[in-house]
Parts: sequence; C-alpha cells; structure tokens
Amino acid sequence: MREGQGLFWKLDGISIGLYMLLVLLGWMNIHSAAYQPEHEHFWSMDTEYGKQMLWIGSSMLILLFLLFLDGRLYERIAYPAYVLSLLALAGVLIFGSTISGARSWYTFGGFSLQPSEFVKCTTALALAKLFSKESSREGMSARSRWIAFALIALPILLILPQPDLGSALVFSAFLFVLYREGMSLTVLLGPIGIGVLFLLTLLLDKVWVFSGILLLSLAVAYFSRRRPGFWRGPLLMVALGIGVVLSVDHAFHQVLEDRHRNRIDILLGKAEDPKGIGYNTQQSLIAIGSGGLSGKGFLQGTQTRYDFVPAQTTDFIFCTVGEEWGFLGSSLVVLLFTALLFRLIFLAERQKSRFSRAYGYGVAAILFLHFAVNIAMTVGLAPVIGIPLPFFSYGGSSLWGFTLLLFIFLRLDAYRMLIL
Amino acid sequence: MNKALIVFLFFGLTCALFIGRLFDLQILDDRYALYANENVIRKERMYAPRGHIYDRNGKLLVSNVPAYDLMVVPSQTTAFDSLDLARLVSVAPTDLRSKLKKARRYSSYRSSAVIRQISARSFGALQEHLHRFPGFYVQQRAQRSYAHVGAAHALGYIGEVTEGFVRKNARYRMGDLHGVSGIEKAYEEELRGRSGARYIMVDVHNREQSAFADGAYDTLAVPGWDIHSTLDIDLQLNKPLFDRAVLAEYPPGSPFKLINALIGLQEQVIRPSSSFSCRNGFHAKGLHVACHCGTDRPVALRLSISKSCNNYYCQVFKKVIEKYPTAQEGLDMWSTHVRSFGLGNFLNNDLPTGRRGFVPNADYYDRALGYTGWGATTMISLGIGQGELVLTPIQMANMSAAIANRGHYFTPHIVRLIGDRKNKAFLDKKHTSIDPGHFDEVIEGMHEVFEKGTALASRHDSIAMCGKTGTAQNPHGQDHSIFIAFAPKDDPRIALSIIVENGYWGSRWAAPIASLMMEHYLTGKVARTGLKQRMVEGDLRAEYALAGPKQKQP
Repeated sequence: MREGQGLFWKLDGISIGLYMLLVLLGWMNIHSAAYQPEHEHFWSMDTEYGKQMLWIGSSMLILLFLLFLDGRLYERIAYPAYVLSLLALAGVLIFGSTISGARSWYTFGGFSLQPSEFVKCTTALALAKLFSKESSREGMSARSRWIAFALIALPILLILPQPDLGSALVFSAFLFVLYREGMSLTVLLGPIGIGVLFLLTLLLDKVWVFSGILLLSLAVAYFSRRRPGFWRGPLLMVALGIGVVLSVDHAFHQVLEDRHRNRIDILLGKAEDPKGIGYNTQQSLIAIGSGGLSGKGFLQGTQTRYDFVPAQTTDFIFCTVGEEWGFLGSSLVVLLFTALLFRLIFLAERQKSRFSRAYGYGVAAILFLHFAVNIAMTVGLAPVIGIPLPFFSYGGSSLWGFTLLLFIFLRLDAYRMLIL
Repeated sequence: MNKALIVFLFFGLTCALFIGRLFDLQILDDRYALYANENVIRKERMYAPRGHIYDRNGKLLVSNVPAYDLMVVPSQTTAFDSLDLARLVSVAPTDLRSKLKKARRYSSYRSSAVIRQISARSFGALQEHLHRFPGFYVQQRAQRSYAHVGAAHALGYIGEVTEGFVRKNARYRMGDLHGVSGIEKAYEEELRGRSGARYIMVDVHNREQSAFADGAYDTLAVPGWDIHSTLDIDLQLNKPLFDRAVLAEYPPGSPFKLINALIGLQEQVIRPSSSFSCRNGFHAKGLHVACHCGTDRPVALRLSISKSCNNYYCQVFKKVIEKYPTAQEGLDMWSTHVRSFGLGNFLNNDLPTGRRGFVPNADYYDRALGYTGWGATTMISLGIGQGELVLTPIQMANMSAAIANRGHYFTPHIVRLIGDRKNKAFLDKKHTSIDPGHFDEVIEGMHEVFEKGTALASRHDSIAMCGKTGTAQNPHGQDHSIFIAFAPKDDPRIALSIIVENGYWGSRWAAPIASLMMEHYLTGKVARTGLKQRMVEGDLRAEYALAGPKQKQP
C-alpha cells in the first residue's frame, strides 16, 4: 500500500467529527460572549467571532497541508523541530512583546503568535522520537528516563520566566507519556500526592498531616510486606512527605507570589474577596450556576453579554456554555471532550510504532490537562490558571497549536500499518 | 494492570467529577441565578412629582420647577477644558476640580452630581456645549417654587432627608426630599406621592443596556396629591419662620372675659340683666383691680363687654368659684368649661408644631400655694384673662369661632382638600360645655364693641362685626394689642384673633387690622383705604421707645 492512497477513508472519522463539533460549538459561544447588540451584522471581521472564523479557516488549511505531508517526516524532524521551537521560546524572552503581563508573544503587524502553543507539539514529537529508539516495545532505559525528564523540563524552564505559570504547568501532562512508556504509576500519583499534600498542609494543622503520612505509609508497608525490600517504598513516602510538608510553608510564603497565594487561599476558602481577587471565580460560578438545567438560550446570558465574566472569550469561555446552555449543554461539552480523549487513547493503543503511540499519548495528555485545568478553574475546583480550553477558546495560536497536535497524530494513525 | 485502563480511569473520573460539580452548581444550588440577577438588574426610581399646595381660593402657593444637576460618570470622561466647563456652569475652576476629584473617589463608573441646581439660564448655555464633554450629563430634578412670600411658616419647607431619618423610614433613600416643617411636613404622606420603579439591565460598568423583561415589572410613579389649604394668601402678610399663631403664648386679656361671661351664664350665677356697679375697679381684702370702663351706673352683661369692665368680670369669676363648697371644685368646674373651647391643650390640628397654652386648675394652685392657701380672690385676675392663663393666637381665634358658631367649633386646620377629597380628619363638630342659648347676649355685646364700645373707630358701615378688644400685659415691654372678632354677626364666615406685639391697647392696632381683614375677606377688597394706609404705614417704634428701659429684660 502506497502512502496517500485513499487517505480520506483511512482518517479516523470519529476524532475528526468530535474536533469539528468542538470547534463549531466553540465559535458559537465566542459569538455569544463577544456579541454586542450595537453591531447589527451577524458577521463582522472586527469582532472576535469574526476573527475566530478566520482562525478556523486557516486551521483547516493547516490540517489539509498536514495530511498531505509524508507521515514519516515527523519522526525525522522531531528533534530539529524541538530545538527550533526552544530557540523560538528563548527568542520570545528577548524579542517578544508583552500582552497582559507576560512576554509570550511574537507580533507581526496586527497578528500575534505564542510559541509556547507549538512547543507542546514539538515536545510531544521529541518524546515520541526518544521512546521510538528503545530496543523493545515496552520499558525504557535509565538513560531515556533522564533524557525524557530533560526534554520536558527545558521548555518549562523557558516558559516560567515569561511568566506563564499555566503554560508551564501544561508540560506536566507528559508524565502520562512517561507512565505509559515504562515508568511506574508513582510518576502520576507522586505529583498528585505532592499537590494534595501541599493543599492539606495549608488547610490543616501539620500534626494531622504528619499522622496521615505515617498511617498511609504503614498501610502500604503492611500490604506489600511479602515483597523483598518492601520497607523502602513506605520509608521514602515518609521522608518525602515530611520533606514536602516542611517545604510547603517555605514555598508558599517565600517562593510563590502574592497573586498565586491569593488565588490558592480563595480556592481553599481561607480568604474571601468576591470584588477583588475572587471576582473572576465568583462571576464564573454565577454565570455557570445561573444556567440551570437548560440554560438561558443563545445570546441570552446576562453574565456574558454584559461583561461580568472576565476573559470570557478565552480562558472563561466555558462560562458562556454553562450560562446559555445550562447543565445539559455544559455536560455535553464535558462528555464530548472525554469522548475525544478516550478515542485518542484508543487510537494510540492501536499504533504499530512506538513513536506514534507515544505521540498519541502526548496529544491526549496535553488536551486532557488543558481541559481539566480549564474546566476545574471555571467551576471553582482549581485556582485561576490562565490556560485555554482546546478548540473552544478564542485565539489563533492555541487553535493552530491544537490542530497541529491532533492532526499530526491522525495522519500518523491513518498510515499506522505502514510503519513497523 | 493495563496502563491504558488506568489512563481511561483518570479521564473518566475527571469527567464524572466535572459533571457532578456542574450538577451541584446548576441544578442543586439556586443561589447563582439570584446572584446573576443581582448583578445585572438595577432598580431605577422614578421620582413622583410632589403635590402642589393651593390656598382656599385655588391660588397656587407651592409648585415644582425643574432644577438641573450636572452629573458625571468619571470613567466616561475624556480630557476636557475644565476652565471652559467651569465658565459654562459659572463656578470657580478650583471648585469644579475638587468636585470632580470627589466624584472620582466615590466611583469611576457610577454617576455623581458635580454641580447641583444649575439655573435655567446656565442650563441653556450648558446644553449647547455639553456634547464637548463626554461623561457629563444633566439630570432634571424637581425643586419647590413658592409663588408668594407670605405664609412661609404655615407652608413650611422641604429638605434632604438625614441619615437617621432614612434609617427609620425604609421608603426613603439618601438624597430624597421630605417636608421639614409646616404643611410640607404635616401632609408629607399625601404630598410625596409614590415613586415608581424601572428595572433595567446594566453591564459590568453599570451602563444601561436594556429594559428588564421588556418592562413587565416596571411601575409608574404616582404623583403626590395637590392640597388646598384653608389659608387665604391675600390675608397673609407675615414672613418670619417662627409661627406665632401656634407657637407664641400670650395672656389673652380682655377677650377672655367673653368666656367668663358664658361660664357665668351657664353656671347660672348671673343673668344677662345682672349688673354690678363699678367703682374704679374691683376691691377685696386689700386687693385692687383697676378698671377704666368709666361708667358710674350699674354695668350689665352687654355693657360689660363693650366697655370691658374689669370689676364686672372679677365679680362673675368670684361668683362662679364661690358657687361651689370649695375653691378647688369651683376652679376645676371653671377650668373644664374653659377647656371645652379647645384652650389649654393642643388642638390636634394638622400643623406639626404648636403649644398647649395654659389653663390652670385646682391642682396647680394646690401645688403652688397649698390646699388652703388660695381662693377666688387669689386668682381673681383669671377673671379678666390675666394671671397664669396663657393662650396661643390660634386658640384665641378658635375661641372666637366657637362663640360665632354659638357653641361649637371645628378643629382649626390648614388643609381643606387633599386632591379633590375633603380633609376628613377635621369634619367633626366639637361642642363647648355652654348651652347655645347663652351665646346671643354675649354676641350682642361683642357687636356693641363695634357699634359704641372700644372698637368704635374700626366699625364698618355695612358689615355687622363682632369683636372684643384686649391689652395683654407684657413684662418685657409695651403691652400687646389684642383683638378677637368674627363677622357677619348672624351668619359668621370669618373668625380671627389679632395680636400686635407691643401694640398697647387692643383698639389701637389689633382692632383696625381685624376689621380690615374681615372686610377684605367678605367683600374681596378694602374700601376704607385711609384706615388701611394708616395700618400699613403704621410704625410701632414709638411704642417700643415708650417701653425703652423695660425692653432690656430678656
């Protein structure tokens, strides 16, 4: 079978359908959020929904272009692309322009690009390339392990000084790839456990947290007592746990900036400030909560139409969904995302090549982290972290970035039988 | 364990968590719908125009005129020439700048008043140029306008509510106006009307966007009732804000003799024909009350009135008191009769201020002098309207009206019509304790006051007037000139009391003024221009000078 033949039929229709649906729903909600009654025309290039249509159109061109490229190209250019994108990231710190406090953008005329959106894609490719070099289909060498950590850490280090905590956080999604490609569950549960420990330390008295760690370690030790060297894991847990708890105070008060601290305090319910820092979350909850079962209807959301919700076309776009389409609409969006993620994992697992599988996991993980953090933020389960909702949020860079991410994988999947 | 399964689990749990959270927010928790409405819906008050006030002849006394406030929404302003704007509204530029600073401090997005009550002329000039000052606009408010300078004390005035007032009266908001005194205060409920409400939707910057629910919940403002007062603006000449009619207390002096005559008749201690010889006054146990009636024949009722004989009334009073076994019982009976004329207590009329006056009873003298320490002669000056007795002018006028009506009165009130309804509170007839039959003889005496008595000089050729002069002793200066009167005699339409402070004898100032007012009220004009001129140009400085040294006392 030659590449290029019957391409259309080989592409995964379900994924493409979900992608199209999400993009279209996103556009509809951007239209609603950016709608101004004084603009009589349904369509105008001056509005965000007008521009978004332009981004959607150009994304279609990009994905068509991608589909006609040779799939093997990606494996070949993975490292150079990674290096190039890191250079672009380094460059933005020097030449970039500052938009809302972060130096994350290249501006060409009236048009801005955010390189960090594309680094997600190149990092996924680089990781996939790394694991494709392994001798067997499963497991990874110690060397690969360190290289993998380095590949993830480099972009984070370059993005943090912009500063863009949200985008940096997204790279932790690649832990899913590391888990799938050979590391133990600790790689996922560890950071989550540390995160939980972090919050517990801030919420509870340290004595309780210490006792909890101790009990949990004893339990783990008890259940694994038949294994040789079973005491090592729980001992590590205790040491790490106490270390984390002790550093949290220091970290929370010395390392984090006030704005982060405030957001966390509000999330934990330790501080309330509905007019100030808590305003975003409060208005977001009001928008979503006031939607009820079936919402207020298209263009009828008062929170969105009258600008009570901040960043309502970008990071808080889900508010519009919640307010105008209610529980039914917002649950549908959550389900559509989950369906796409399930589908991507399913596709990744059916790949013949390790490169494609690792890359597929990368795509799913990145989308998942964006989805999870964004929705959690709008429904008040996470502090305000400014990252877009994939395919939904207004913005060219993110839509292009996600399209690129997804369609490289769909292209790889279409010819999965070729690469052995 | 299959690694893919673990990842599915992660994704699936996240999905379940989100849907659960959405269910909680959107279905279980109904607070957020309220918050959303709170955010977006603004209730805007539609001010009700305050009712107008007319006099008894339908002349407009108080109405509303538009006033203009210059408002600003600081966030909507652009750079502008503050000198230019200050010139347009004719204020000092520094003033304007400090007002703007204050507005900005209050809120960038809400409007504040920068200049209040711009004159209509400045407003005209301003309106033409307002487009050059974005963020500024003019709000129309109603201001009270008084067509006449007279009767200010009765009409009262309005003012902005205080914080304490708002706390006690939930229907008022800061910045609202309310009646502070006079009719404006007493009839606040009727005059204020009911403000309406308009529900609008605003955006996050508090800018109006659209009507809420197409105005389904809006209510219109209900204008206040117009009020017709009992005042005749043409008879109102005084301007001060101290309303002497209800607030000043004077010893009533001789006019009070009428009451004593009526009590004497009612208690049957005298008959109209009973007479007492006056030997330059009343004499008893070293007590001497002088009299200037100048008659050497026995004085009967009518003559006692027209000549104001002191002796006659001391005798009558003594007889009334001594008719009873004890002075206590006698005085209490007397006091009850006096009070039945609406004297010595609040009239419970519709003005928010007033004094009781004072009508002594037995209790008072017991406390002052002891149970056995007093008798009819001790308090004999009550017989001639002096002593501890004090009344307000409105009470004296009421007394005059009760006599004119032959034994009943309506509580004096200043508002006749509310809208087109009669002021129901004052339609009850109040009866005095004197039988109507006793009045005619007293009224004849009052008529003779004009025909051949102390007010002969104020007599009118065609109107049968009745009156009684008085001179109230004033320890602080020249005595007060007092007169009560009503007319016409048989079908009375006006009753009044006149007090000219430091006016000396009742016949000198008070009687002519009363006569002129009754003429004006009954005929619509004053034919006796000479008398009127004398009164209008009258000068009391001579009287003040006369009382020179006494005046320095408080």
